Amino acid sequence: MIEQHAIALVVVVPLLAAPLCVLTGRGRWAWTVATAAVWSSFALALHLVQRVLSEGPITYAMGGWQPPVGIEFRLDAAGALVMLVITGIATIVAPYARKSVEREVDDFRQHRFYACLLLCLCGLLGMTITADAFNLFVFLEISSLSTYALVAMGRDRRAFTAAFRYLLIGTVGATFYLLGIGFLYILTGTLNMADMAERLVQPAWDGEGLVHQTRTARAAFAFLTVGLSMKIAIWPLHLWLPNVYAYAPSAVSAFLSATATKVAVLVLLRMFYTVDGLAAPFSTLPVADTLVPLAIIGALGTSILAIYQDDLKRALAYSSVAQVGYIVLGIGLASTAGLSASLLHLFNHALMKGALFCAMGCIVYRVGSTRINAVRGVGRSMPWTTAALLLGGLSLIGVPLTAGFTSKWALVSAILEQERWFTAALMLVSSLLAIIYVGRIIGIVLLSKRPRGAPQVGEAPAWMVAPTLVLALLNLYFGIASDTSSELALRAAQALEEVAR
Amino acid sequence: MAQIIDIVLLVFLCTVAVATVRMRDLFGIAMLFGIFSLLSASVFVVLDAGDVAMTEAAVGAGLTTILMLSTLAATGSRAHPRAVRWKLPLFVVTVTGAALVYATTDMPRFGDPNAPVQTHPVAKHYIETSQEETGIPNMVTPLLASYRGFDTLGETAVVFTAGIGVLALIGRRRKKDGTPVDENHGEDIRAEHHAVVRVVGKILIPAILLYACYIQAHGDFGPGGGFQAGVVFASGLMLYLLLFGVAAAARVAPFAVLERLIALGLLLYGGIGVLNMMLGGNFLDYRTLAENAKDGLHYGIILIELGVGITVAAVVTTLVFAFADHLQRGPVHRQD
Amino acid sequence: MEFFGLFNYWVFIFLMMAGFYLLLSARNLVKKIVGLNLFQTSVFVFYVSAGKVTGGTVPIQQEGITSYSNPLPHVLILTAIVVGVASTALGLSLILKIKDTYGTMEEDEIDSLDVAT
Repeated sequence: MIEQHAIALVVVVPLLAAPLCVLTGRGRWAWTVATAAVWSSFALALHLVQRVLSEGPITYAMGGWQPPVGIEFRLDAAGALVMLVITGIATIVAPYARKSVEREVDDFRQHRFYACLLLCLCGLLGMTITADAFNLFVFLEISSLSTYALVAMGRDRRAFTAAFRYLLIGTVGATFYLLGIGFLYILTGTLNMADMAERLVQPAWDGEGLVHQTRTARAAFAFLTVGLSMKIAIWPLHLWLPNVYAYAPSAVSAFLSATATKVAVLVLLRMFYTVDGLAAPFSTLPVADTLVPLAIIGALGTSILAIYQDDLKRALAYSSVAQVGYIVLGIGLASTAGLSASLLHLFNHALMKGALFCAMGCIVYRVGSTRINAVRGVGRSMPWTTAALLLGGLSLIGVPLTAGFTSKWALVSAILEQERWFTAALMLVSSLLAIIYVGRIIGIVLLSKRPRGAPQVGEAPAWMVAPTLVLALLNLYFGIASDTSSELALRAAQALEEVAR
Repeated sequence: MAQIIDIVLLVFLCTVAVATVRMRDLFGIAMLFGIFSLLSASVFVVLDAGDVAMTEAAVGAGLTTILMLSTLAATGSRAHPRAVRWKLPLFVVTVTGAALVYATTDMPRFGDPNAPVQTHPVAKHYIETSQEETGIPNMVTPLLASYRGFDTLGETAVVFTAGIGVLALIGRRRKKDGTPVDENHGEDIRAEHHAVVRVVGKILIPAILLYACYIQAHGDFGPGGGFQAGVVFASGLMLYLLLFGVAAAARVAPFAVLERLIALGLLLYGGIGVLNMMLGGNFLDYRTLAENAKDGLHYGIILIELGVGITVAAVVTTLVFAFADHLQRGPVHRQD
Repeated sequence: MEFFGLFNYWVFIFLMMAGFYLLLSARNLVKKIVGLNLFQTSVFVFYVSAGKVTGGTVPIQQEGITSYSNPLPHVLILTAIVVGVASTALGLSLILKIKDTYGTMEEDEIDSLDVAT
């Protein structure tokens, strides 16, 4: 039974574990329920990924109603890659959260925290797997609403304003998505993505041209792209992100930075490749010409801003916007190499930012903040945390033998394949900037002296250090054994393009 | 005739929208939004969407306005009169609006029976085949609860998130008996001293709760179902809160109980889905619940609507109680 | 009738943009939430109007009626309305927390307080 329903269970398990968390009413028990749910979800995901890679896409008809009448779940290699990232990061963050949340969230709120965390996971997974455009909106909102609540549980009052701003922008983004889907529904009469794709290349209702050539269809994709760009935090729509990552509880920053924007990227890809794929969007819509400049400006601008932050978490948050720029850049290249480099970077970036934000959480656990003045020199008494910070940082720069290197290399090759020398040069400049901001973080944490009178601190608890190190070592593993991840990324890119063909 | 009603409603809507944008006083803005919402509920009726109209009236005009007013009661209703920034917003709005108008120029005309929305086979399925498959006259109900039942499960999860999220934000630490640990500095809202209000209110409450049960059960045949019933049920408890205050209301429906009810409703809905899997069907395939597929569908729809009703009633009650409780807690300046 | 066919949609777009403008231009956080709600409600009306058939009726099976409006947009918007009020509730409770901790709910005052710390 489990094998047959695995694709539904991977979403349903966290969805139903969330109310169970609430029923326990206690933080510790809720943590146990949440961890069990997350791990079973990961086990199911591993099983599904194997099956997708060996047998091809898996589909599932919700309620036994065949699409397009009912809602369909469909998992292909691209979805499998993102699902693996989400559940994998969640699996590592869950044990990490135990101590971190005890320290950062009031005890009578903790069970609600875990319920929201599970719902966020459920929402992100649902967005990854569903093949129904409106069902995707519902999951988008599940993940968004739970994220707002999670962010607002941070200890700084700026967490409230950050969550509020995210709520406004996120809701506008979701409404734009809804409008885009509405136009497509009006044109095709269906909500199933594959069905939409077929109807977009048929003659329009009034007989003038094909459906995807109508002004309505063009506007629909414009609204979808802008709406999702707000979620992905493509420059200049990224303004909500830095404070959200900086002031959310540490476990939330680690989980979100590794997953939330990635899923939005996948949804954008779904719109281009799955929904509009048959109409060759990259040659009919000005997608590539818009995305590439925005991605480059974003990567450069936010890398510079990352250098000047006086809060380390905030610096990493700006760096996330820059890295998202690389991912979007790969998509904008509109080639198989670019797409697979982009997906590979999506995978690797989850590993590096996961490790870095986890390390930040370890520092917060001991010092209480990540402001430069508070963290100066803590590295010497927190050797394991610093080791993780160092590995994650090297990977972020893209030093050989780390995961970051493989994806940046792939991206540069994809750019050079199209002989865009200028773009490649700008990308290298932004990589140099990464050396500066990562170097600055390492310098502050490890090389500078602990100021006199500042409290001496010890290493964070093993519950937190161990998961952080696992993530950091994964950066090394996927840097050396990069064949596995590159292969997966390539398969994912091919799966997306296959639908298009 | 319908066109005249239509035009009158649209003129009203535009007037209210412009007034909302220009208004300074926040109470006025909240009330105008309530009116806007109620007017759009009327537009939904004109557009043949009875269920949507009912939900918009209950949720948009009712609940949203109540929540806005209770927020303003705690925060004060004066917005600072200040030079408004209008250049960039106006630019963004103009571009967006122009894009939308551009999009409509290739759209099927309003009410066109040959539009893809009407001719696609799924429309036919939901309107005609659903009668054979389910035997439920209100086409919205099987579509909501079964064909797209998974959406509705997600929607219930969203409601659940809102309830739990609001509790996580403004919920207070409570003792075993449900009273808050920290002191109250604000005032409790209650109209207990008005004898007429109290007596009439007391008579109304059971009637409202009974009406909620009617809506819950009537979803098969007319507009109604778990969402609308949940909101109506909660409005009965809200009336109790208004008459006797938060402390008394929280004794009738303690926060701890409400929080568990929120969870139970969602669990009931999802549990049905898991049960369907165990009985050999797909997730949420209610046809597995009985020998006869049609009977199974009926049982399933009744059960999940019940789950929706429980969660929605508990969440809406929680929201209103929590906002009132926050008001009672009073102004506490906390510097983090 | 031809003119009327698109006119309805344009009115809804005007309403959407009124809400969107309020959301963008207001400095008061409650006003922003009201703007967001205006925007969303108008989008919902727009959606439902797409399911309307001229001469059709409420999608409840009745004797002697053959033409019904498409119930699918109705179901989608039922969901969207509930999602909308859920975000509004969260947004308003965030405003309560902001007012508690900052002592104001005006965006520019909050910003200047944040710069000061």
